[in-house]
Amino acid sequence: MSAIKPLSVGPHTPQGTASSRDSRKLAIGRMIQVVGMLPILILICVGFQLATGKFISPNNLAIVLQQSAINIVLGAGMTFVILTGGIDLSVGAILAVSAVAAVSLSLGSLGGLAIPVAMLVGLAFGAINGALVAFVKLPAFIVTLGAMTAVRGIARLLSNDTTVFNPVLPFAWIGNQRFFGVPYLVVIALVVVAISWFILRRTVLGVRIYAVGGNEDAARLSGIKVWVVLLFTYSMAGLMSGLAGAMAAARTLSANGAQLGMGYELDAIAAVILGGTSFVGGIGSIFGTLIGALIIAVLSNGLILMNVSEIWQLIVKGLVIILAVSLDKYRNSRSGRT
Amino acid sequence: MSPTAMPETIPPLLEMRGISKTFPGTKALRDVQLKAWGHEILALMGENGAGKSTLMKVLSGAYQADPGGDILVDGHAIHITNPLVAREHGIAIIYQELSLAPNLSVAENIYLGREIAHSGVIARVEMAESCRAVLERLGADFGPNTIVKTLSIAERQLVEIARAVHAKSRILVMDEPTTALSARETDRLFTLIKQLRDEGLAIIYISHRMGEVYELSDRVTVLRDGSYVGTLEKGEIAAERLVRMMVGRDISSFYKHDHADRGVAGPVVLAVRDISDGGRRVHPTSLELHEGEVLGIAGLVGSGRTELARLIYGADRRQGGTVTLGGRLLDIRSPRDALDAGIAYLTEDRKAQGLFLAMSCHDNINFGVIGRDAHSGGVLNLGRALQRTLAALSALSIRGATPTLDVGHLSGGNQQKVLLSRWLEVGPRVMILDEPTRGIDIGAKQEIYRLIDRLAASGVGVLVISSEMPEIIGICDRILVMREGRIEGELGGPDHKAITQENIMAYASGVEL
Repeated sequence: MSAIKPLSVGPHTPQGTASSRDSRKLAIGRMIQVVGMLPILILICVGFQLATGKFISPNNLAIVLQQSAINIVLGAGMTFVILTGGIDLSVGAILAVSAVAAVSLSLGSLGGLAIPVAMLVGLAFGAINGALVAFVKLPAFIVTLGAMTAVRGIARLLSNDTTVFNPVLPFAWIGNQRFFGVPYLVVIALVVVAISWFILRRTVLGVRIYAVGGNEDAARLSGIKVWVVLLFTYSMAGLMSGLAGAMAAARTLSANGAQLGMGYELDAIAAVILGGTSFVGGIGSIFGTLIGALIIAVLSNGLILMNVSEIWQLIVKGLVIILAVSLDKYRNSRSGRT
Repeated sequence: MSPTAMPETIPPLLEMRGISKTFPGTKALRDVQLKAWGHEILALMGENGAGKSTLMKVLSGAYQADPGGDILVDGHAIHITNPLVAREHGIAIIYQELSLAPNLSVAENIYLGREIAHSGVIARVEMAESCRAVLERLGADFGPNTIVKTLSIAERQLVEIARAVHAKSRILVMDEPTTALSARETDRLFTLIKQLRDEGLAIIYISHRMGEVYELSDRVTVLRDGSYVGTLEKGEIAAERLVRMMVGRDISSFYKHDHADRGVAGPVVLAVRDISDGGRRVHPTSLELHEGEVLGIAGLVGSGRTELARLIYGADRRQGGTVTLGGRLLDIRSPRDALDAGIAYLTEDRKAQGLFLAMSCHDNINFGVIGRDAHSGGVLNLGRALQRTLAALSALSIRGATPTLDVGHLSGGNQQKVLLSRWLEVGPRVMILDEPTRGIDIGAKQEIYRLIDRLAASGVGVLVISSEMPEIIGICDRILVMREGRIEGELGGPDHKAITQENIMAYASGVEL
């Protein structure tokens, strides 16, 4: 093996300067990719400030962040899945079942385990999705469409089809308290983003997630166990849904199996796509998803401040999502991708 | 290379002159000329990337040539702005990938785009009858109402030819038509081509295969690197000369051979015994590869070469047989197992199965070793990775590449070098290279040949699959020839016949030449 080393380690420029220059290049390249929708987010914020005069205040911004926290966490899990070219429609339902599990458990003597249990429940359902995609090789859309319905049923079953409520919920603090002025929900969301970034950009697994999404055949021929990657990403999406379930329950001290998390999967997908992640996989970033989720939250908040009716909020939100992605596409095509 | 007086006296049926074609970044054709007469078969030769296909796409209207060139039919300049115009001037092209609708009948395919209809109602009977006559004349043993997907490749090709004849085409271009044909089907096709020639068509026949060119062609035009090299008349056609024209220099220096020569290679590194996929594409096959040896696998496309390589590598499921590496029996169930054992495989289709086009050169080069290099917990070793990338880019002189650049932006040759780097970094004991120079320019080819030579010199066993005769003859110490899923014969070494094109063709086609 050492015999061929001379082939690959040929003479090159003094290593110190070259590698620092190139790592800077790497960083700049990623930055441009990441910045993506940031200008649009800023534009929308400025617009709302001009229109209402009260959008940009520390208090309102904290509210926006808090409102986006759950979607950021779901979107982070969704980013993993969509990067492999998949989709997960079941995150809203998994959120509901996890929340029901957490609140129900908190009513008994094991209340301290509520959050870990919520996450484990989410992880388990995610792993089932992953196994069906990875081993049975069913299309992700079908698997998670089925899971969305079935898990919703399980959530209702578990809650006896009513709202489970705990006025002295032991983990209520994560929903309503602040950490040096920052809501704990926001802290959790940012920690999730940081961990996701680390996995995607700083670990072997992260590179393989991008590779499986970019070219599954090539990944397999390069010695990647594709099933490991798929199982991980769907499990991650499930785990994040479980965490989001605990977060949602903590805000209202309750969980309703029938209604909680309805349609959340669509907001999560919208955040990922707004963030510039390719629907076919292989291209995208977690910071994009963060910005995408913020755009969605800012729109809701700003339109409410402007006293726009709920009906018109829906219409405006939908159009902005389409417009923003079109703009991004146009910009990318002009920046010389061949 | 002066044309004989005979055809010059009558104007050519087709003349292309001063044809250039520029793509962003590359000049695919540079002032190319071509003349074809009726009652004649013109062979168009050149290595991959020489510009043959581009030239034919200009003729068919699929590409627009740069301004300044002329295309003349019967001495009149015509402007081929789209494929329809080409067809109206009697130009028909049969590509390697046949362009038939498999779920329609033969007649419907022949009439595709020109259907006969009376006030919107399609006239099936009329169409079928008109096609029947053409099919009979061409010796087809199927009728116009046969559904195309029930036909063999050779029969489908016949449908394409019938379509051209039926449309009264006078200039027929065939792009490597025998690639997927058996020997008998090839013979029938040749008879038909000669019949069409005798009926007055001008036939332009694109091929790599020396034997076919000898048998068929009246003249040979050679392109190289997008330029016109010259034309040989019937009496002047000779393998040596053609190869020299195509390659542009003496082959002896082109295919460098510095590693230990034939017969004195090291001990057996890879031994394959009776490996098969259950007889689907590969019948039980055995081979031995020595350390420091370059072993070629020749054969026609579809003879099972790639399938054999994929079985050894664990990419497809093996049905029996054993693989031994350095005396150790391996249980290879996946590419991962093969890589762990020290076997690497460079795929024949770098875009579909090799590269991650939307990922950087950096990620692509390091992909095989990131797991091995990683810190504990699977955390990437960024410093080591960048070091590898920079070293690889400079060692293989991958021009125009920076670590951050997406591989998809590179030229074919540089993409191939990036993919090769991935496997070099792995440091395998056996390297399987499947069509290592497909679709890349001549300069990059030579660099890859040199690399193969150095790999062998360093003791790696190299298995090369190639469809390019001069290439496989030039770089290999021994050659195994496959036909229909079996190793038909071995060439080179003391106990076997010499490595020549004729001997390879004899084994590959199953007929004594």
